[in-house]
Amino acid sequence: MSSHESSYEPKSATAKWWDERLPLPRLMYDQFVEFPTPRNLNYLWTFGGILTFCLVAQIVTGIVLAMHYVPSGTDAFDSVDRIRRDVNYGWLIQPMHAVGASMFFLAAYIHTFRGLYYGSYRAPREILWILGVFILLAMMATAFMGYSLPWGQMSFWAVTVITNLFSSLDQIIPGFGTSIVEWLWGGYAVSGVTLTRFYSLHYLLPFVIFGLVILHVWALHVCGQNNPTGIEIKTKSDSLPMYPYAVSKDIFGLFVFVIIFAWFLLFLPDYLGHADNFVKADPLVTPPHIVPEWYFLPFYAILRAIPDKLGGVIAMFASIAILAFVPWLDRSPVRSTKYRPIYKWFFWLFVFTCLALGYLGAKPAEGVYVFWARIFTLYYFAHFLIVMPILGSMETPKSLPGSISEAVLGKGSKSTTSSAPAGAPIGAPAAPEDR
Amino acid sequence: MTADVEDPERRDVLVIAASAFAAVGAASLIWPFIDQMNPDAGALALASTEIDLSPISEGQAITVMWRGKPVFIRHRTPTEVEEAKTVPVDDLPDPVARNENNPGSPATDQNRTLPGHEKWLVMIGICTHLGCIPKGQSLSDNKGEFGGWFCPCHGSHYDTSGRIRKGPAPRNLDVPPYSFVSDSTIRIG
Amino acid sequence: MNIKHALSPLCGVLVGIASLGLAANANAAGEAIHIDRHEWNYGGIKGQFDPVQLRRGFQVYQEVCAACHGLERVRFRNLVEPGGPQFDEEAVKALAADWPNQIIDGPNDEGEMFERPPKLSDPLKGPYRNQQEARAAQNGAYPPDLSLITRARGVHNDSPWYLHVPQMALDILSGYQEGGSDYLYALLTGYKEPPEGFELSEGMSYNKYFPGHQIAMAQPIPDEGAVEYQENAGATSSMKQNAEDVTAFLAWSADPSLNQRKQLGWSALIYLLITTLLLYFAKKRIWARVKH
Repeated sequence: MSSHESSYEPKSATAKWWDERLPLPRLMYDQFVEFPTPRNLNYLWTFGGILTFCLVAQIVTGIVLAMHYVPSGTDAFDSVDRIRRDVNYGWLIQPMHAVGASMFFLAAYIHTFRGLYYGSYRAPREILWILGVFILLAMMATAFMGYSLPWGQMSFWAVTVITNLFSSLDQIIPGFGTSIVEWLWGGYAVSGVTLTRFYSLHYLLPFVIFGLVILHVWALHVCGQNNPTGIEIKTKSDSLPMYPYAVSKDIFGLFVFVIIFAWFLLFLPDYLGHADNFVKADPLVTPPHIVPEWYFLPFYAILRAIPDKLGGVIAMFASIAILAFVPWLDRSPVRSTKYRPIYKWFFWLFVFTCLALGYLGAKPAEGVYVFWARIFTLYYFAHFLIVMPILGSMETPKSLPGSISEAVLGKGSKSTTSSAPAGAPIGAPAAPEDR
Repeated sequence: MTADVEDPERRDVLVIAASAFAAVGAASLIWPFIDQMNPDAGALALASTEIDLSPISEGQAITVMWRGKPVFIRHRTPTEVEEAKTVPVDDLPDPVARNENNPGSPATDQNRTLPGHEKWLVMIGICTHLGCIPKGQSLSDNKGEFGGWFCPCHGSHYDTSGRIRKGPAPRNLDVPPYSFVSDSTIRIG
Repeated sequence: MNIKHALSPLCGVLVGIASLGLAANANAAGEAIHIDRHEWNYGGIKGQFDPVQLRRGFQVYQEVCAACHGLERVRFRNLVEPGGPQFDEEAVKALAADWPNQIIDGPNDEGEMFERPPKLSDPLKGPYRNQQEARAAQNGAYPPDLSLITRARGVHNDSPWYLHVPQMALDILSGYQEGGSDYLYALLTGYKEPPEGFELSEGMSYNKYFPGHQIAMAQPIPDEGAVEYQENAGATSSMKQNAEDVTAFLAWSADPSLNQRKQLGWSALIYLLITTLLLYFAKKRIWARVKH
């Protein structure tokens, strides 16, 4: 699947027997041991491994919780409480899953911003990137349905509010939105019936994510990894075998991440959640402040920034969907923001925008908060639709190093002999000149 | 930063130590995930059950639940007690009483009951072969060749003291921990 | 060096994403009521429940709160377990046998439901069978079950927007999640004379910290005549002491594994720091083989 020749040599008769029948060890060896990784990867590239860890941890803790959880409108809340109080180590495993969801998103967002910063979506990695957007979407759906399961007040009202988004379709075809919502609910209101189907889908979706991840990794191993310079690997000296170099770095990065995870899990298990979710769902009382989990806040802010119901819903979904078009919106001749002196500022402005939207998503939708939410929503879209294409074609990038090795080891080291214009990504319209 | 010349031996020790530490941590995380499947604190704390024996007339039996298991309580007739007493322990497939109140004692009928209350036989009603519930509680049931209980799954015959006499079951029916709170009330557990 | 290059965007993103978490906790309120933070001996990353205090707190619960509020997620056996008040088992059996609110069990052999005194495995029932009965008895107000109350209440990060991130960072590093306890303590000690011109409805009490300031619960622990502790209870009785103790007790009932969790937290942290350090040096050794 990847461009390099397999150097796997079975060491025993059994290994040889396997290799002739199912060359799985060869695949693993080629893709995860010998696999050439750019030698200049920084710690932001450890998040792929960290995310794999997060997914596996969520699946394992989730399967365990499913052994004790009761998906019913009357018993769900009590069963989660019983898991925390009575199940052996339930007090550890339940928050591991809940805090784990937050950690998963933390890592996924860093991973996404890393891709945006270093232009990892650029050709030939468009499919890799779009698969990533699908994974993010599937994660959001999974997290939303998972959050409904404890069936506390916030669970119940989050389900009510988010499913009601679809009723905005009534603005297009009268009655259509309402039928969709009732279909989602399995009734005329959110109830235990809704909870049970969300539970079923919440169990299913992680395996869909797992499948998407396999495709994502496959696509990655076909194109190879991007790197901070955005220049492809040209010679052998540009890369190092994945094992032990990238692996040792990944494991160290993972443990640093686990320290943060453990800190929240063992000292602050409630910090990222909502007090209201420790109150059993009550269909007759809405809590005074409906706020989604922190990882949905920027999107929630966009939803509320638009004064029109359907418009808000469209904007919210568009804010994620637009990510899928980034490979074609970015017109810059270079990949990495590192070599884009002007865009760099816009990138950080975009990061700030996302954070500001997150802050505003938690504030009431009134007064000055709405004003700022609109300003930042405007920039959120402008960044993709205006800054990326226009700045991309106007900006003069800084000169790129001749190769990854040159970037790492300095000029005069064994450099590329390729006659291709230095540093131009494949498919880039023009190469910037050396100064 | 690449100038430091390393002794290859030492380098390996450091890498091995780090890997070992990481592996030990990962391994110790496994225990909570195994232990969570054990009975939880709620199940362990299930209260003991008190049963009033006065409505059970001679020759009748009742089944009660204790820790989710059926418990047979039989008010035996003098003939049944007599039958159970006359069997020599050496002839039994399982010569141990299997009485939690009297652990390790030989399987005489006396050892299967509580002193002074020999007419009452209290046992966990689960066949020691593969866990079916033997017949013999109701009057119309097949009580097996020895007049006690008969397990329809694989044909184990228990006598009037609940001891295995014939068939594949390896052990006598277990007697749970219980005591008499009054003359006509027992507490199991 | 490329580590520095890597860290600058990483830090930016981390701080940024962290502030999202902050925003999550910064619920908006119609009228912001500032709740002071209290020193809790079970607070922060080191704090642990003090069984002696929990026993005092249980006494306050039993003599004051239990008149209206149940504690039905807590079982009598929990009062004996480590990490809690750790009462003597025999004492708890006696307590259960005398508990005023019986357990409804059954059906018996006649098919009737019947009441019996609770056993160790039974919950600490409140006086009402259901919400309707509670409301009927309490002029329409519902005294909620208190088992999870300190986790079901919280305080907002009400610092001005430019201090949100520092405040949040401080809370994360100090392990602050006693907002529910702070609120409960403020509520119990917040009964005051209503200010001039405040319209208080019939049967309501003025409370400085309750949203809207009108609360159906009359002052539970009076300023004078608080619950008397025994001589060896480790503290002298006062309204504030009562409030603090019962808050601690309810914090335990909401989070009974706190002691165990934080103990594990420290061992896990020490292990992780050592291992991470080892992994860092191992990684450095491995990378020392190549120029980078």
